[in-house]
Amino acid sequence: MTAPPPPPADAVDDGLTDEEFHNALQAFVGRQIGPAMDAPDEVNVPMIRHWCEAMGDTNPVYLNAEAAAASTHGELVAPPAMLQAWVMAGINGPSRDTDGPYEQLTNLLATRGFTSVVATNCEQTYDRYLRPGDRLSMVTTITDVSAQKDTALGTGHFITTQQDYVDANGQRVGSMVFRIIRFRPRGTTARRPAPATTRDTNWWFEALAAGEVRVQRCSDCGLLRHPPGPMCPACHSLNFDSVPIEGTGSVHSFVVVHHPQVPGFEYPLPVVLVDVDVAGEVVRPVRMVMNTADTEPDAVVVGAPVRIEVRAAGGQHLAFAIVTDTAGGAS
Amino acid sequence: MTNQLGGAAAIVGIGATEFSKESGRSELSLACEAVAAAIADAGLQPSDVDGMVTFSADDNPDIDIARNVGIGELRFFSRVHYGGGAACGTVVHAAMAVATGVADVVVCYRAFNERSGRRFGAGVQDIPNEATAERAQFSWTSPAGLLTPASWVAMVANRYMHLSGATSEDLGRVAVADRRHAATNPAAWFYDKPITLDDHQASRFIVEPLRLLDCCQESDGGQAIVVTSVERARDLPNPPAVIVAGSQGTGAEQWTMTSFYRPDIAGLPEMGTVARELWSSSGLGPADIQTAVLYDHFTPYVLMQLEEFGFCGRGEAAAFVANVGIEIDGGLPVNTHGGQLGEAYIHGMNGIAEGVRQVRGTSVNQVSNTEHVLVTAGTGVPTSGLILGIDR
Repeated sequence: MTAPPPPPADAVDDGLTDEEFHNALQAFVGRQIGPAMDAPDEVNVPMIRHWCEAMGDTNPVYLNAEAAAASTHGELVAPPAMLQAWVMAGINGPSRDTDGPYEQLTNLLATRGFTSVVATNCEQTYDRYLRPGDRLSMVTTITDVSAQKDTALGTGHFITTQQDYVDANGQRVGSMVFRIIRFRPRGTTARRPAPATTRDTNWWFEALAAGEVRVQRCSDCGLLRHPPGPMCPACHSLNFDSVPIEGTGSVHSFVVVHHPQVPGFEYPLPVVLVDVDVAGEVVRPVRMVMNTADTEPDAVVVGAPVRIEVRAAGGQHLAFAIVTDTAGGAS
Repeated sequence: MTNQLGGAAAIVGIGATEFSKESGRSELSLACEAVAAAIADAGLQPSDVDGMVTFSADDNPDIDIARNVGIGELRFFSRVHYGGGAACGTVVHAAMAVATGVADVVVCYRAFNERSGRRFGAGVQDIPNEATAERAQFSWTSPAGLLTPASWVAMVANRYMHLSGATSEDLGRVAVADRRHAATNPAAWFYDKPITLDDHQASRFIVEPLRLLDCCQESDGGQAIVVTSVERARDLPNPPAVIVAGSQGTGAEQWTMTSFYRPDIAGLPEMGTVARELWSSSGLGPADIQTAVLYDHFTPYVLMQLEEFGFCGRGEAAAFVANVGIEIDGGLPVNTHGGQLGEAYIHGMNGIAEGVRQVRGTSVNQVSNTEHVLVTAGTGVPTSGLILGIDR
């Protein structure tokens, strides 16, 4: 067998409902990314020459002064498609605020596993030709964050930004719409299936989200029971509180899931049914289904002692079993 | 009061569609064909039918079938819950209605495009979480990736194998028996396709310890069963398959597929309840059964059923299969139609039809001198069972 899978890397719980997440994304629309960027050089013939040679553009109005003078422009102009090049950051890239709006948006998307990025399309609009001597400045604004979309690459959100270019007089000379998708690659870092909770069980999952594994206790007769239910089978009381588990247990049974493979999990996936140690009398054996952590697959055997820890995984907090005595395993 | 159902009613008609991987038509079409075929097999007219029973999991309302098949008014209609656990339960409900005069002729049916439509094997990962008590049960298993029937069964199976010493090869012998029987059954999907134990051992893991060939196939198809009184059955063309005993059953601390919280999870106490009822109400025992149809969505539960019914002791099923034998020439031929691993997965209803054929003497793998056939429904869920017998 291969090495044990670590908990998925997207182990962050944003704590937001889908609607709250959507609203948080939409709050970025209209926000400017960083300060205005000034072009390091004015529009100049040497850069135009390099561009035209690289692109194979032989239009004489860009480099032949005589031909340009005879043209509708009356003088040399720059190729319109060079718009972005005049303001582009150098080889070291832009110096961005590490907690600017774009970084915040990126981090928010990452909490749901939307960590991969692909540029999807780019459209430029030209208001006028640029001439040698123009000095540009550019401002970027987030103009749209899409609803969640399922694409061939995976599920994600399209982010559209617009860069507006102005000259020294503040007059707009052109703009560029740039769109990317931040997505969750298929089959990797998706959220795990979320538990369906009822009025009888939601308290248990709330405690788990807060990092605690608890067991229901009848507040009248004191018997412990799990999974929780509305009534104590021993005394029929509807009143309950809960106690924390001891934090240890042993493997009652286990499986290794190979198929089907669904997003949010690493396969082969060991799943253990743990006899959970509790302090008190129980209605029935307290058992919980968990994944393993920090444990070689061969160490997972029936009867193996485990330590139980709550860790983040797949967008939730979950109990994990760590086998503490590997004598029974081949490793 | 004791269970007095036995001897009142009989299965007089069976009818099925083809078993396929893609029927190319609606589930209602399958249901109508199966129901009409069962009524015709019984030598009855649609107008004779006054009761219908199906699974709560079935998507074909009885009234839709009644309109299409030309069945008139119904006096009795019922649905049985818990997936494949409902199979024999539909016949139990029908027999109860017949025994009490609530209905005269009841059709039990199940039809689905389980392979080409929604596949049960895909599990529950794409089912929206609804906050009902029934859906909420998955909250204790899904977040850890236990999402499919195979994964739920594997957890119980591994504990069973740990305690009994049963091995993957022991599970494989169940699959080999089923596929041997299917190989001579022209209606089976795996007709003429037997497997060896080596084939089983070479098949990939689905959820350890279960391999691909431990898991039943997924199928499109329909099966219907006609039940009436034994008295009326004697006037009909086919030999009656008398319902000698019938029962539903759950165990203590029962869950649907995930009964992980019992002191002992390496058993099927819900089937133990059914076994107790069948044996005590009929006065019969394992030695009186010539052949059995044991629900086989996954091989380990066939072994565990042999123990629940007392064909062998606890933990002895692997030895029973190896030494006594469950193939056609063994001591207890099991799933002579090929089972759900070999014939088709029609949620256990096709197994009831095979029980009827064994009583009639018309199975493609007929067991000689068959007097009583045991038939069981879905395991790991609240379930049901029947003993069918010849008319004396």
